[in-house]
Amino acid sequence: MPEILIVALEELEDAYKKLEEDLEFKRALQNYLSKYAGRPTPLYYAENLTKKVGGPKIYLKREDLPHGGAHKINNTLGQALLARRMGKRRVIAETGAGQHGVATAMACAVLGLKAEIYMGTEDIKRQRLNVFRMKLLGADVHPVKSGSKTLKDAINEALRDWVTNVQTTYYLIGSVVGPHPYPMIVRDFQSVIGCEIKEQIQKEEGRLPNGLVACVGGGSNAMGTFYPFLENSEVRLYGVEAGGCSLESGKHAASLCAGSEGVFHGMLSYVLQDEWGQIQTTQSISAGLDYPGVGPELSFLKSIGRTEYVYATDDEALQAFQELSKLEGIIPALEPSHALAFAVKLAKTMSRDDILVVTLSGRGDKDVEVVADRLGVQI
Amino acid sequence: MREIEKTFRNLKARGEGALIAYVTAGDPKPEYTPRIVDALINGGADIVELGIPFSDPIADGPTIQAATLRALKAGTTPRMVLETAKEIKEKHDTPIVILTYYNPIFRMGLEKFLTLARKCKVDGLIVPDLPFEEASTYKEVAESHEIDIIFLAAPSTSIERLEKIIESASGFLYLVSLYGVTGTREHIQDSTVKLIEKFLPYTKNRIPMAVGFGISKPEHVKKIVESGADGAIVGSAFVNIIRKNKRSFRKMLREIEENTCKLKKAT
Repeated sequence: MPEILIVALEELEDAYKKLEEDLEFKRALQNYLSKYAGRPTPLYYAENLTKKVGGPKIYLKREDLPHGGAHKINNTLGQALLARRMGKRRVIAETGAGQHGVATAMACAVLGLKAEIYMGTEDIKRQRLNVFRMKLLGADVHPVKSGSKTLKDAINEALRDWVTNVQTTYYLIGSVVGPHPYPMIVRDFQSVIGCEIKEQIQKEEGRLPNGLVACVGGGSNAMGTFYPFLENSEVRLYGVEAGGCSLESGKHAASLCAGSEGVFHGMLSYVLQDEWGQIQTTQSISAGLDYPGVGPELSFLKSIGRTEYVYATDDEALQAFQELSKLEGIIPALEPSHALAFAVKLAKTMSRDDILVVTLSGRGDKDVEVVADRLGVQI
Repeated sequence: MREIEKTFRNLKARGEGALIAYVTAGDPKPEYTPRIVDALINGGADIVELGIPFSDPIADGPTIQAATLRALKAGTTPRMVLETAKEIKEKHDTPIVILTYYNPIFRMGLEKFLTLARKCKVDGLIVPDLPFEEASTYKEVAESHEIDIIFLAAPSTSIERLEKIIESASGFLYLVSLYGVTGTREHIQDSTVKLIEKFLPYTKNRIPMAVGFGISKPEHVKKIVESGADGAIVGSAFVNIIRKNKRSFRKMLREIEENTCKLKKAT
């Protein structure tokens, strides 16, 4: 990270550490999470899907249900409250699919902060609905035309803004990426997902699941799902990356499956890069997974063998998207459709007595245009 | 004594400040770079910074971002940039500093990168996204190859940090003049002058201070040097000349040399 930001990162870490004993903050966050965002979210037993697959019981953690339609609000409420604590009234954020941008705009609106969102023009094109939602919520959306015109460049541009306005501005990162302390902060705020799963599955089944499945772009819903289970070594943790067209074609976003170690966006992690260390552009049907890096803690968990990383291709995700819609009446976002696609494959190798939990990190309303386009349907 | 230190010492004896000129290597094509550097040196640049183009230059404004893209499109690699440095050093004694984001170094391997840099007679390295507390191994390896490591200080840097940065740095201290990214600005802000004055007592007689970001005109250079800095770093202004004259190489070289000359006179 540039020298100019180091002080701000240290300030952020100090402010965040102080929250640990801040009961007022905790009460406020709890209140917003339950009364505003609609937590806890249900853990739903997907009986039809389970029957069709004929394997383990498949549960869906319904992160498509919180306010905004994705898990992103868990983090934005936490960080926006923190920004307000730090006396920063201007909040900037990057967004890929637009879900983090929307969740940032919501949290800022309700907390009286000004939100400015950076978004690649490529993503603006495929997520027009979310762009309009952000604007309705009072946020400014800055189109980013540099580089790949997707999430990675939106982060670059947000960092450039932050370098310029660091004295007055809070940078609200949306995933477990970037320089310390962001991966830790986002993980902590998203851990509510895993904590609830643990409690709910105990209540429902009297035991922990055999496996957890979550999609991985930057990795916030995966880290939030996995983190409370790291201590339970019997629970297997599967992260599903975007395989795009295929890994062989090079048109994908599977940093953990196909990347190598690199230093990018202030972190040492797995990245997709060429032999000279140039970061590569990625390709995925889902804007939210279209990122050539991944959270450093997910990389660490790979290196110690605690997590397993796999991928699903665009076509597989698209199929899972349609299947869940028809079987369970739930239209999932394209991001967790990757997790679902793999979960169905995995389930076929498991026993009927097993339990599998898939985090459904968002709802698919935002994706219907892209899906219709892929299926050759005019709407 | 190393070349960069010698350069600053000689300039000081003559009562001049250093003009440090930056260009993105490989922009618009790798084979142009040695001649562009010739023009910079002939025009009077005291130190030349060669930027290794990187896909994600987070500290750079639109001008250098675009240069980076042109250089990458033309197939420029870190190895080519280092070899260009070698070619330049065969003709000139002028110190050559490589500016690169950290990942290209990390990807090649620290030891390998610095061995090659040494072989190519690189005098110093600037890594704008590597803060000094993450740089201990890098510093050791660079020292073992007798390459200066130039750290950056910024308006947000506390005096306590500045002291530590000065202790770690060699060659010169790169002072970022403002809150922002690289790129030309109309005026030098008063806050920049105040910043130089604030940091000067700590750098004086310890390490030369060169100021960069937003410096493009002779009057800017003059103001920076008059404020007490030992040098001024000009980058985007040269990159703009390169961009404007992509089609006429001769005109490009002439303008670069003339502009360098004007800037140098202001030191």
